[in-house]
Amino acid sequence: MNVPLSNYLMLSAFLFAIGLCGALSRKNAIIVLMGIEIMFNAGILNLIAFWHYKLFVAPTAQMFAIFAISIAAAESAVGLALVIAVYRHYKSVDMDEMKSLQG
Amino acid sequence: MLSLITFTPLLGAVAVLCLPKTYERSIKVVSLLASVSSLLLALCVWSRFDPSAGLMFEERIPWITALNVDYRLGVDGLSVAMVLLTAIIMPLALLAHWKHDRNVKLFFLLFLLLQTGMFGVFTALNFFHWFIFWELGLIPMYFLIKIWGAEDRTYAAFKFFLYTLAGSVTMLLAFAFIYLATNSFDFIDLRQKAASGELTAAIGRLATSLHMNPTVFGSLLFWGAFLGFAIKVPIWPFHTWLPDAHTQAPTGGSMVLAAILLKMGVYGFLRIILPIFPDQVQAHVNILLLLALASIIFGAFAALAQTDFKRLVAYSSVNHMGYAMLGIFATVAAAPNVADVVNEKAAALNGAILQMFNHGISSAALFFLVGVIYERTHTRKLEDYGGLRIILPVYTGILGISMFSSLGLPGLNGFVGEFLIFKGSFPIVTLVTALATIGLVVTALFLLNMIQKVCFGPLNERWSGLRDMTGREIFIGAVLMLFMFWIGIYPAPFLNASNTAALHLVHLFQKVPETMMALGH
Amino acid sequence: MSELVRQQWLIPLFPLAAAAIQSLLKRPARKLSATICIGAMGISCVLTLRALFATFGFGRGGEHYEVERVIWNFTWFSFGNTSLSLGFILDPLTAGMAAMVAFVSFWIFVNATGYMSSDENFTRFFCFLSLFGASMLGLVVSNNLLLLFMCWELVGLCSYLLIGFWYFKPSAAAAMKKAFITTRVGDIGFFLGILLLYWQSGTLSLYTPEGTGALQQAGKLATLTGWWGLSMAGTIAFLLFIGAMGKSAQFPLHVWLPDAMEGPTPVSALIHAATMVAAGVFMVGRMYPLFTAQSHDWVMTFVMWIGCFTAVFSATIAVAQFDIKRVLAYSTCSQLGYMVMGLGAGSLVAGQFHLLTHAFFKALLFLGSGCVIIGTHHEQDMRKMGGLRKYMPITFWCYLIGTLALCGIPPFAGFFSKDEILLATYYRSPWAWGLGTFAAFLTAFYMTRQIFLVFFGPWRGGRPEAHPHSQLAEAHGELDVPHGEAHGGEVHLHAHAPHEIPWNMWLPLVVLSAFALFMGWLGTPWLGGNLFHHYLAPEEAVPQHSDFVLWLSIGVGLFGIVLGWLVYGRKPLQNALDDDPLALTTPVMFTVLNRKWYIDELYEVTIIHFTTAGATFFRLVDKLLVDGCLHAIAWIAWGLSQLFRWGGDELVINGGFDASCESVRLGGKVLAKLQSGRVQDYFRVLSLGFAILLLIYFFA
Repeated sequence: MNVPLSNYLMLSAFLFAIGLCGALSRKNAIIVLMGIEIMFNAGILNLIAFWHYKLFVAPTAQMFAIFAISIAAAESAVGLALVIAVYRHYKSVDMDEMKSLQG
Repeated sequence: MLSLITFTPLLGAVAVLCLPKTYERSIKVVSLLASVSSLLLALCVWSRFDPSAGLMFEERIPWITALNVDYRLGVDGLSVAMVLLTAIIMPLALLAHWKHDRNVKLFFLLFLLLQTGMFGVFTALNFFHWFIFWELGLIPMYFLIKIWGAEDRTYAAFKFFLYTLAGSVTMLLAFAFIYLATNSFDFIDLRQKAASGELTAAIGRLATSLHMNPTVFGSLLFWGAFLGFAIKVPIWPFHTWLPDAHTQAPTGGSMVLAAILLKMGVYGFLRIILPIFPDQVQAHVNILLLLALASIIFGAFAALAQTDFKRLVAYSSVNHMGYAMLGIFATVAAAPNVADVVNEKAAALNGAILQMFNHGISSAALFFLVGVIYERTHTRKLEDYGGLRIILPVYTGILGISMFSSLGLPGLNGFVGEFLIFKGSFPIVTLVTALATIGLVVTALFLLNMIQKVCFGPLNERWSGLRDMTGREIFIGAVLMLFMFWIGIYPAPFLNASNTAALHLVHLFQKVPETMMALGH
Repeated sequence: MSELVRQQWLIPLFPLAAAAIQSLLKRPARKLSATICIGAMGISCVLTLRALFATFGFGRGGEHYEVERVIWNFTWFSFGNTSLSLGFILDPLTAGMAAMVAFVSFWIFVNATGYMSSDENFTRFFCFLSLFGASMLGLVVSNNLLLLFMCWELVGLCSYLLIGFWYFKPSAAAAMKKAFITTRVGDIGFFLGILLLYWQSGTLSLYTPEGTGALQQAGKLATLTGWWGLSMAGTIAFLLFIGAMGKSAQFPLHVWLPDAMEGPTPVSALIHAATMVAAGVFMVGRMYPLFTAQSHDWVMTFVMWIGCFTAVFSATIAVAQFDIKRVLAYSTCSQLGYMVMGLGAGSLVAGQFHLLTHAFFKALLFLGSGCVIIGTHHEQDMRKMGGLRKYMPITFWCYLIGTLALCGIPPFAGFFSKDEILLATYYRSPWAWGLGTFAAFLTAFYMTRQIFLVFFGPWRGGRPEAHPHSQLAEAHGELDVPHGEAHGGEVHLHAHAPHEIPWNMWLPLVVLSAFALFMGWLGTPWLGGNLFHHYLAPEEAVPQHSDFVLWLSIGVGLFGIVLGWLVYGRKPLQNALDDDPLALTTPVMFTVLNRKWYIDELYEVTIIHFTTAGATFFRLVDKLLVDGCLHAIAWIAWGLSQLFRWGGDELVINGGFDASCESVRLGGKVLAKLQSGRVQDYFRVLSLGFAILLLIYFFA
């Protein structure tokens, strides 16, 4: 089976775009968090695809991908914890209402 | 020795500073002691002064070597009488305020500071610390007028301070340029440089580097220094601070102001203007003579129009300083047709120096007497008095003698100085001197007017309860009268003291007397 | 001889010491005070007489003394390379004058003990009087123009003090000032003369043993050119003469002398008749070599005409005065004019002789008037006197002798001296001689008037004070009427009759009368030549005797007396309020004369007015112009400081700083809007930026 690299990249780009749309347009903080996770995964997919097509010799990409996945896990854990903390404070997870950083 | 004289009052001031405010008696005693001890030292200097020795009691310590400034003191014939005068007048001024009771500590402190400043001016031979002393004489006086003055004291104090300061500033500028040109602040050094022409050359170089005409630049420096002294003397038309300051100052302040501070100006002419700016002063001598004449005549006429006792006496100072300036400027003027020109000029200059001392004595006496009567009546208007001789015979006697001393009556001090000035000036600047004699008549007129209004005529009943002078007041008057009679009858010691220095100055302006005389006769 | 001249300084010393002691004495010590002063003057008198006798042989080339004068100079102080000497002289001029001064002073002192006996300032009076005696004697014996000038000023001072002795009277206070200032104006001329002499001759000593004295150089000075068309000697002489005009009350500086009568009468007798006013004449005599050095100079003519005019002018005024002392004062002016005229006519002897004789008889007259004033309880208005011949016989006879001496009736003293002056003038200028003779007539007339008003007729005093103005006076403006001397503020009621005076007052009169009677014989040509001439100036040419001048002089004197008797003696005034007979015949003239030709008023509107205006002008110059400039500078400085404050500091510096701060703040406000606080907004911007970067990457 000979799938060209561009397909992976296309997929990755679609995933990224979906994640971006989600992160930018949704009001629910958890969905925004999920959109960010999707963008992460799009990036990781890119790395693995490039490795697969031997664009890198060293196992760097794999290492990167593994780190990124673990970081993404940690990040989503922290993100969810923050959402819960915010929810406790505002009784809401609506992003538009979280503007206490306003100048 | 001279440092000791100069700083004894300062020590006294420190001692006064340490005393608590409420110990008024001890403050007075300490101040008087300090001032009397400098009098004793000054008498010591006077008695050991040798007129022919030139500069005496010299002290010279390197001070700020980077600026080539030495701490240098010394007296010669020009200054020794002034040191003595300062030393005499100050204890008397303090005594005049013996009954003073408003903020005694500060008052006496300021007087002692003032005394240090004045001694410093008359002994310093380096512009650097001379100028510090010069300004030191100004500041205590400002506070004396401002705090203890009469009704218009603020105006008078500001006028006095700003006016004098303005003059000091121009003088300081002039000296800054001279220092730039010569790298020296030393009066004696500068005098030698001026005599040898080195100073002119140095100023010329500086002027060229500043792209200015050397003559104009030299004149500017001269006028700058001149203004500083002319305001202090004061020469007409720079005199209007004087009546205000004198009238408003407390009695002792007026005494010191008239007797000594004015002399600082005249002394400046003798010590600085004449030796350091000989060419410039010679070039402008006609204007200067006219200003001196104006001081004599306008001062006398203005005094005639005064209705205020103290203001009248103040204007008489303008008039009398005019005579001294006439003598000094006559020394400078060229006199190609006079046979014995050195002696004529020496007479004028000796007369001017003696006139300084005389005026110090007589004006101090007059201001003191104004103070005595003001203390009793709280008025200075001449019309308010009248007939006081009936109840105050001693006061009238002392006032009469002081007045005649100021008027130049033979037998009293004023005459000798004025005679010598006129004697010396007449052959050199005949017309100006002849016109100046108008001043003699008007002086007599306003002084006699004054005593007539104060002491003669029917008694103003308001004052029928006045007391005559107390023992302390008579003592002050007696000391001053002693000098009036002494100089009037036997002036030789004073003239001997100043003669060598005067001749020295005369020779600056009369460099080739022998050849002149040989040509003339 | 030389030791005698070295003792000359003792002559003024004794009175000076007496004055010094007096100034410290308490008021009640009257006897002690009088004793000291009279004693000191007595000693001086003896010393001067000794000196006088010693000089009798001078200048005649006799066997014992071949000197003209002896002198002694000493150094006062030195200056430059030279020194100033003072000195004393003994020569006939000095000796005669000094003896006169000391002698007259002595007797006037004696008289003053009576005159001033009720005054509370008795000791002060004698202090001033002694000081005067000392200064006057010092003036006479000095061989130095400066010493002479110093004493000259000191006698002026004493005159000032004594005129104003009753200082509580405003008129006395004004008169003392007037006297000092008027003589001071003359003294300026004197002073300039001294300066010029010092400059030209290099010394102020009149004579020196080496012959370098100022007067010994007169010949040299006469060859130099001076000012105003005069030789140098003439210029100096002219300036010195101005001083003499002030002191000797010559027109136009005569105005102070009549006012000086405000002083006590012994003062008038001593200072303003006998000695001080004659000092001017003496000084001219002393400096005579300068006056005569250059015969082409107009100085001598000037001197003569000033004297001549003063003689006539003052005599006319004396005719119309009512105050007994003012008549004598104008008479003194007039007689001083005579002396000056004599000197100007070239006769030193005549001038000095008249000076000496006049001193005696005028002192006599003044003391007599003082006695009259005391006898009538301080009345000075002659209209309120009359008939005193009966009450005061001694005074009357002495006064009569003085009057006859003054009128120039032989054989009294005044005749000889006045005749000499007229004789000298006759040869010099007939016009001046004519005027002088006219003045002699006037003198006789006004003295006769005085005698008749005071001593003859009924006693018109003792009535209650009436309105002093007659109707005539009201019609012709205010007449000058005398006021009585105030005495220690006492008020005298003119109720009681006049009385004779005590011995200490009349004895001096008698002594002086003897001199007024006999002294003239010294100058008579009939006793083997003019003794005084031989004594004083043997080298001076004797004017040729003229019977015409002699008899005319006697004639006008007698005519004046007769006329006086016709007007005043035949029909004496009956009432103090009566008008003067002369005033009834020539009312306008009389008023003008009574007001002294309005000279005082003229000075009031000219000189005094100008001086006051000048004073006000200069005060305003100070106040407006000088202070105005000063204040203008101050205002400019203040204005500049305000300009810098508002225009510089406030506007540019503070304003600029504030504006930039404000703009930063505003900018912050605007930009702060960007920070919505919404995380998604930031994210959107981030994405947008990323997209833009991508576009740039691909298409640029």
